[in-house]
Amino acid sequence: MATEFSFPDPAAKAAIAEYESEKLSLSMGPSHPSTHGVLRLQLELDGEVVTKCEPIIGYLHRGDEKIAENMTYNQFVPYTDRLDYIAPLANNMAYAIAVEKLAKLEVPARCQAIRVLTAEMARLSSHLLGLGAFGIDTGAWTVFMYTFNEREKLYRLFEELTGARFTTSYSRIGGLARDVPEGWTGRVSAFCDQFLPILEEILALLTRNKIFMDRTVGIGVISKEDAIAYGLTGPNLRGSGLGLDLRKDCPYSGYQQYEFDVPVGTTGDSYDRYLVRGEEMRQSVRIIHQVIATFPGGPWYATEARKIFAPPKDKILTSMEELIQNFMLVTEGPQMPAGEVYFEAENPKGVLGFYVVSKGGGVPWRLKIRAPSFCNLSILPKLCVGTMVSDVVAILGSLDFVMGECDR
Amino acid sequence: MSASLLTALQEKFPQARPRPSLDHAAVNVPADTILAVLQELRDAHGYDFLVDLTAIDWAEGATPRFTVVYHLRSTTHHGYVRVAADCPNAAEPAMPSACGLWAGANWHERETYDMFGIAFTGHPDLRRILMWDGYPYFPLRKEFPLAGIETPLPDAEIGAETGAAAIPAPMAGGPFVAAPGEINLTEAEPRAKDESWNEARAKPTP
Repeated sequence: MATEFSFPDPAAKAAIAEYESEKLSLSMGPSHPSTHGVLRLQLELDGEVVTKCEPIIGYLHRGDEKIAENMTYNQFVPYTDRLDYIAPLANNMAYAIAVEKLAKLEVPARCQAIRVLTAEMARLSSHLLGLGAFGIDTGAWTVFMYTFNEREKLYRLFEELTGARFTTSYSRIGGLARDVPEGWTGRVSAFCDQFLPILEEILALLTRNKIFMDRTVGIGVISKEDAIAYGLTGPNLRGSGLGLDLRKDCPYSGYQQYEFDVPVGTTGDSYDRYLVRGEEMRQSVRIIHQVIATFPGGPWYATEARKIFAPPKDKILTSMEELIQNFMLVTEGPQMPAGEVYFEAENPKGVLGFYVVSKGGGVPWRLKIRAPSFCNLSILPKLCVGTMVSDVVAILGSLDFVMGECDR
Repeated sequence: MSASLLTALQEKFPQARPRPSLDHAAVNVPADTILAVLQELRDAHGYDFLVDLTAIDWAEGATPRFTVVYHLRSTTHHGYVRVAADCPNAAEPAMPSACGLWAGANWHERETYDMFGIAFTGHPDLRRILMWDGYPYFPLRKEFPLAGIETPLPDAEIGAETGAAAIPAPMAGGPFVAAPGEINLTEAEPRAKDESWNEARAKPTP
């Protein structure tokens, strides 16, 4: 117990009291390991307690929406990789479906199945990174080692499918860059079989871990009302107990054929968001197994959409009509009707939406990207006030955002 | 669903007009009734989730020039509705702020202000969000060039000391860009937009 120090000079006492009530301003980021990229939090601290939190974003702003207005629809596919760069395959799919919706184009069942398969693999990859990074944020380094081992196996499968580990650019308007390689689905299946026991091992490292629970249970509680008011989506919304999942609510790309559960949390704290992500990975594996079991044959791109999807390469080099078709597609872009559509997909980080305004032709007039991380971070000024600085780290880890998408 | 929603809205707001749309129900309303319409949709029709808020620039000289677009989703019946309102004044575009209805509108409106210069009246903290404070342009306006415009650095002191500035991206050799709309092939062909200058040849001063 501290004893009261008697000041010989009352002015000194007043000066110290003023010093003690002074708020400390702390700039956390933009390059801080727990801010996962280039997020900067301008914190105002009273001792260890956060009294004000102001997120400063935009360090990774590249003007993707401006760029989109100046190029044809297919040329923009590589830019979608760089939104949520942890799950590029899911972004590719969301963008392609949005533009196909504008063209009123239905892609064949095989294309849909491949897209679902790759999107769920992207979800595994994203949640594995989210969990690993969350582990590091809360002092559990081992989890990261396990999850990155599994992500490496996923990256090998991505590389075999798309030619790239990271920036996949796999979707095209009206189809895909290429069909799946021979025997690839078997290797995905084998990956999933060995992955499930490892996933249980990874989750066992955290779920009943005393330190992890102390750091996350009851920390960063988001109520249902707040989650809706701030436009939270994905596991952050479901952690608060709202079972909203676009794959169930507004099924796209044939998600209605597959059986899976939508896990929800109960209290909406950081721990619940972790539990939701863990369970979503089990469900993703379930979906992947179903897709592979019912993998459709037939064409893997919209064969009748001659003004939208490029013809096969061997035909371009041998047949006049296909050569002209390819030339028109490259120079003018896929031809779209005038009008506007909004499509959003359930991505690993939340709902990724594309609002496309077209005046006709091969270039969008306006393309707005509704980024889930942007909306998810907007709750921080409310969520962080009253918590300790160390809790801010846990909250950031539990929100699982990516700045490439937030800043666009 | 779309037709009944529109009639229900038009009973309360006679100026509401159907908006051409390729997918969801869409409605055009005047700027001064936008908040009442959004609140009606939220409270009476179950569209309680603001998924997106953005604007469209229809280019200089167009009337209306700026349209603010809201996308709402229902967490109960999972339907979507698109609400659009034109900014009455093209020179000083403004729109009432929806922050009172959804807290999440705050950042969306800051972004729309940052990119288009649309002032949201009643917004608690209308500042730039992606570009830095004091940035002089609105980049998503159609007259803003893709390469950018030379501007002083965010930190004026460092700018004065080093003489550095945020310079336009060199466009020679790409990125090749194409123009929107149905136009002839020569114009539509992807090309670097301003070819009068590049890394080797300085930009001509007007």
